[in-house]
Amino acid sequence: MTRAEQIARQGRWLHARRKLANAVFLAGTALATAIALTALALIMQTLVVNGLAGMDLAVFTMSQPVQGMAGGLLNAIIGSLVMCAIGMVIALVIGILAGTWLAEYGDGTRLATVVRFLNDILISAPSILIGLFVYELLVAPFHGFSALAGAVALAILAVPVATRATEDILRLQPYALREAGMALGADRGLVIRAIIWRASRSGLMTGALLSFARISGETAPLIFTSLGNQFVSTRLTQPIAALPTTIFQFGMSGDDNWRRLAWAGALLIALAVLATNVLGRALMRRSNAK
Amino acid sequence: MAVLAPSAAGDRLFRSLCLAAVLAMMAVLGGLIGSLLWGGWPALAHFGPGFFTSSTWDPVAGQFGAAGPVAGTLLTAFLALLLALPVALGTAVFLAEICPQAIARWLAIAVELLAGIPSIVYGMWGLFVLAPWFARHVQVPLMAAATPGSWLERMVTGVPNGANICTASLILAVMVLPYIAAILRELLLSVPPAMREAAYGLGCTRSEVVLRIMLPYVRNSAIGAVMLGLGRALGETMAVTFIIGNSHNFPRSLFGAGSTISSTIANEFNEATGDMHVSALIALGLVLFAITFVTIAAARLLLGRDGGPK
Repeated sequence: MTRAEQIARQGRWLHARRKLANAVFLAGTALATAIALTALALIMQTLVVNGLAGMDLAVFTMSQPVQGMAGGLLNAIIGSLVMCAIGMVIALVIGILAGTWLAEYGDGTRLATVVRFLNDILISAPSILIGLFVYELLVAPFHGFSALAGAVALAILAVPVATRATEDILRLQPYALREAGMALGADRGLVIRAIIWRASRSGLMTGALLSFARISGETAPLIFTSLGNQFVSTRLTQPIAALPTTIFQFGMSGDDNWRRLAWAGALLIALAVLATNVLGRALMRRSNAK
Repeated sequence: MAVLAPSAAGDRLFRSLCLAAVLAMMAVLGGLIGSLLWGGWPALAHFGPGFFTSSTWDPVAGQFGAAGPVAGTLLTAFLALLLALPVALGTAVFLAEICPQAIARWLAIAVELLAGIPSIVYGMWGLFVLAPWFARHVQVPLMAAATPGSWLERMVTGVPNGANICTASLILAVMVLPYIAAILRELLLSVPPAMREAAYGLGCTRSEVVLRIMLPYVRNSAIGAVMLGLGRALGETMAVTFIIGNSHNFPRSLFGAGSTISSTIANEFNEATGDMHVSALIALGLVLFAITFVTIAAARLLLGRDGGPK
């Protein structure tokens, strides 16, 4: 064999090897995607099938049944709405103001760098620890679980998300907008409130929706703050039911009817979170397209 | 003529208000750490280092050792990551670089939406679908097949109800999978087109472009993304509590019941039998906080630390 033939053979072999490695790699990634999507599709399928099977009008009109009796999730749905609403109000006020400070006033300061970092850590902090904190803050000193404590726990979870979203969105506004406002004689605060916030409206709305999606399915921080209540209640100083905690209680029970309701509740929560996320994305796309 | 004069006082007030919100948030973080220290101190002081080395968790006798839940937390989180990482990475690469973009966009949205599904849904699925299936088709056959006394036998012994460390890890893996995949995909998409095109122009195959150019380019951020997933798995409560079996013993078998810090707190806090029990649970929370804080802080420091060869 001549030297040239040898080199050509080596080249062909190398080429074949690279092609094979590439084929294996491509097949591997396709397989991984198939595994991931199958696993997630299986979960969604179970959720929808069992959830729909458990769904009926009573789910929305009746409260928690005694074991063996007919009933629904009304107390839990109302409880979740009450706590999420209060939590969101607290979270949005603090989150939007804090995000505004980070984007408009604190930029470049050392405090802003530290706050941004700690905020990102708070976003990922285990939610059950927030529950422990609020228990020691609002439950133990007042000797009682309460809807307010649950709402505060949810607010603490939502604030970092809202802060982050607000900062990111305000930064998107062109600087010329701020300069134009100041040239008209407005002070910085007025520029932010009347121009920047207004221009960022749909973005801020997206942030609010994402924070809501983050807290509406949370279970762990509610177990020892709002506890649960088998009756419809809207009193803030009393224990209150919530969908996630009710699902937890019903799912762990051996009662078939309770389990059926747990699936219906899980489907409701998943749908609420999905719808909120989809809506948030749609808003985001619209505001980006403008 | 009325002139809209810049009111320095109004501006200062608004600025202080914004700053107050920031400080309130930091106060919450401080309060969180403070309350965990305050509440957990009695148990830590009473049991000393033994709190971490003993695996006796006996509320009746007032003995609390955290080795079981701590080991369970680390074990399930790492197992979950081991299972999820290859699949998540493959999915991210497929969606970012290989699949036709018209389809990939929709699949990517699906993956991102799934990352937002509340963990209790995953927990329900684990309890009602995965656990029975796992017990019947994996655990029982393996227990029957393993020779008594062998290494395998020790790994697979357990109550055959599917509630064990292995299934808990599986559920955690399925849960963090879309989360990690979504971040990794975004990272891959952030690689400058010129880098990829240059590599393709040199005749690189797709696997070479991805493995030798794109992934090294986003290496630090990718490690950060994986650690974020780890942080999530470490702190997850609901997906695990349903299915881990709730035993406080030090985990010795993959198919045996175990517990994690968060599942222990979720199960026992409201029924705690005494001050020392409550304090031990809060001390567990403090341990969890320390573990996740370090993990997430490292992740955040790594994320965004890229930008080509240095």
